[in-house]
Amino acid sequence: MGHVRPTDEQFFRTMIRLRHVEKALSDLSASGQLRGSLHLCEGQEACPAGACAALEKEDYLTATYRGHGYVLAKGTSLDKLIAEVLGRSTGLCKGKGGKMHLFDQEFGVLGTNGIVGAGVGTACGAALASKLDGTNRVAMTVFGDGANNQGHLMECWNMAVLYKLPVIFFCENNLYSEMTPLSRSHGNINLSERARGFGLHTESVNGNDPHAVFEVVSKTADRARQGQGPTFIEAMTYRTTGHYQADSGTAYRTKEEVEDWRSRSPILLLKQRIGAIAEEIEAEELAIVQASVTKALSEPTPNPNQAMTEVFA
Amino acid sequence: MSLEMTYREALAKSIEEEMQKNPEVFIMGEDIGRYQGTFKVTRGFVEKFGSRSANYNYRILDTPITECGFTGIGIGAAMAGLRPIVEFMTMSFSILALDQIINHAAKVHYMTNGEVKCPIVFRGPGGAAKQLSAQHSHSMDGWYAHVPGLKVLCPATVADAYGMMKSAIADDNPVIFYENPGLYTVKGEIPDDINYTVPIGKAQILREGKDISLVGYSRMTQVHLAAAELLAKDGIDCEVVDVRSLLPLDTETIYNSVRKTHRAVVTYEDWRSGGFGAEIVSRIQEDCFDDLDAPVVRVGGLNVPMPYARNLELLCIPSEEDVVAAVHKIR
Ligand SMILES: Cc1ncc(C[n+]2csc(CCOP(=O)(O)OP(=O)(O)O)c2C)c(N)n1
Ligand SMILES: [Mg+2]
Repeated sequence: MGHVRPTDEQFFRTMIRLRHVEKALSDLSASGQLRGSLHLCEGQEACPAGACAALEKEDYLTATYRGHGYVLAKGTSLDKLIAEVLGRSTGLCKGKGGKMHLFDQEFGVLGTNGIVGAGVGTACGAALASKLDGTNRVAMTVFGDGANNQGHLMECWNMAVLYKLPVIFFCENNLYSEMTPLSRSHGNINLSERARGFGLHTESVNGNDPHAVFEVVSKTADRARQGQGPTFIEAMTYRTTGHYQADSGTAYRTKEEVEDWRSRSPILLLKQRIGAIAEEIEAEELAIVQASVTKALSEPTPNPNQAMTEVFA
Repeated sequence: MSLEMTYREALAKSIEEEMQKNPEVFIMGEDIGRYQGTFKVTRGFVEKFGSRSANYNYRILDTPITECGFTGIGIGAAMAGLRPIVEFMTMSFSILALDQIINHAAKVHYMTNGEVKCPIVFRGPGGAAKQLSAQHSHSMDGWYAHVPGLKVLCPATVADAYGMMKSAIADDNPVIFYENPGLYTVKGEIPDDINYTVPIGKAQILREGKDISLVGYSRMTQVHLAAAELLAKDGIDCEVVDVRSLLPLDTETIYNSVRKTHRAVVTYEDWRSGGFGAEIVSRIQEDCFDDLDAPVVRVGGLNVPMPYARNLELLCIPSEEDVVAAVHKIR
């Protein structure tokens, strides 16, 4: 069961596209063309690349404000995603959802989310639906280390174990929630141990290795499909940029720490491994992303009367 | 003597002085200590009330992202005799703590027939900022002003941010202190007096006029002041009534103004339908009916979740032009 593991080159392509998307968005934010919070996942690209490659198109996904990489890796159209982030009527949600609220039914994306931890219930609900309607779809929900402290998660974990829901709790442990390290927000920083306390099966993985992430998600998705219930995956990773555009990312972390993780960036590692072809792929993806941004910028903003539509079904 | 500063600085100064004066006062919230708060209201606090190197400091307490949990803890500390100030990174996140605020903080004094007090301040930015979209743009003032047992303060000026915060901390009840993010950088003056307070439950007239009363609170009062300037050019003399305190509500000041001008527009950023401005309008109609020369008009936020695109977002937030149009409708 499951997919063929992508090659280094394929993973590199997914990740470098994401990096280019983020660079383009940062530039727009810096020049004032993009307003509001912009949460980047620089350094964490192996998580979305590895995890989504292991899921079926129909499998469900919920993620965070930092989750655009998962949405893209799940298969969503780059053009539509960029258009949404730029508030265009051609976007995934016609410009009404925005950066933090990306949805795409076609690919099972039930939303990135602005509320820390809130997508977890949604994924468990989708997993319950999959049990009831017999579609055997798995639901994966992505959240951060900080989100582990929200009561909502713990309530859902309990029910997921109780009902043996086919759900994957994918925790991106990037060591910080905003500017706070785990040691200053978690009484017990061993997140897997905490999850095991709820009866969850747990896995730990190097979140900077897309192959390892792929393997562990494949395995746990199979487990879920076979009726063996939920898994908590702790992926160790690091965002090498600030929490969002207004944070330099250096006030609460040492330069050495950031540099050390930078040197272990999944993009850098794969680039070294695949050699000369990397630059070719990089250039191709840059062109694709630039074209997408240019296209979105030329597209219309929503018609003013759209403000009042779709309040009800 | 007076001091010039921003709304943000006035809040910080007020809280800091009260914490210096009274060891029972402390502040808790997400990333407020070492990081000094997302909106930087607690800038410099960790050095003054704790230490940067400590894992946590009880008087400037960094909390995990657990709104429901830390609100409950704040309430418990208040019931045990302290005076906590709970910062919500944005008021939108206080939705996760509604049970604690409404079912516990607001009711305990009544349920115990006055035996147990809950002197706590819940504060933070509320309302739309810059394209933060549907989940981060809630006003929440009207929601809280619906709840008996809470006091709800919405200062519009720098002096009031300073003086009302002191009153909120001194109050023996749970107080919701609503700071519109658009106000943090507004400049103004405060009296050079660390004992300065602004009484809770008193509205004020910020501009006298004879033709129409513009009734609002928080940032909408600033919008009213700007609209009054525009309308003055058309020869319409507006009186700007700054409600400041929603609960308790000073109807007397509002009524006196309406009795003078015979017309009123009420503006609020919250959803127009069922927002707190609707309550103000209904009080005016009920109690000043014979004084009115025209129906009282509401200007409120569009009744939709906040859309993301900038052009749509702007349509949802009441503007000076909206107020001017509303005035022209009845004048
Ligand atoms: C309920 C709620 N509280 C606070 C916030 C503000 N906030 C946004 S991201 C974040 C940090 C989350 O940290 P973590 O779960 O580790 O995820 P990461 O951002 O590191 O990916 C906070 C506090 C929010 N969005 N929602
Ligand atoms: Mg984190």
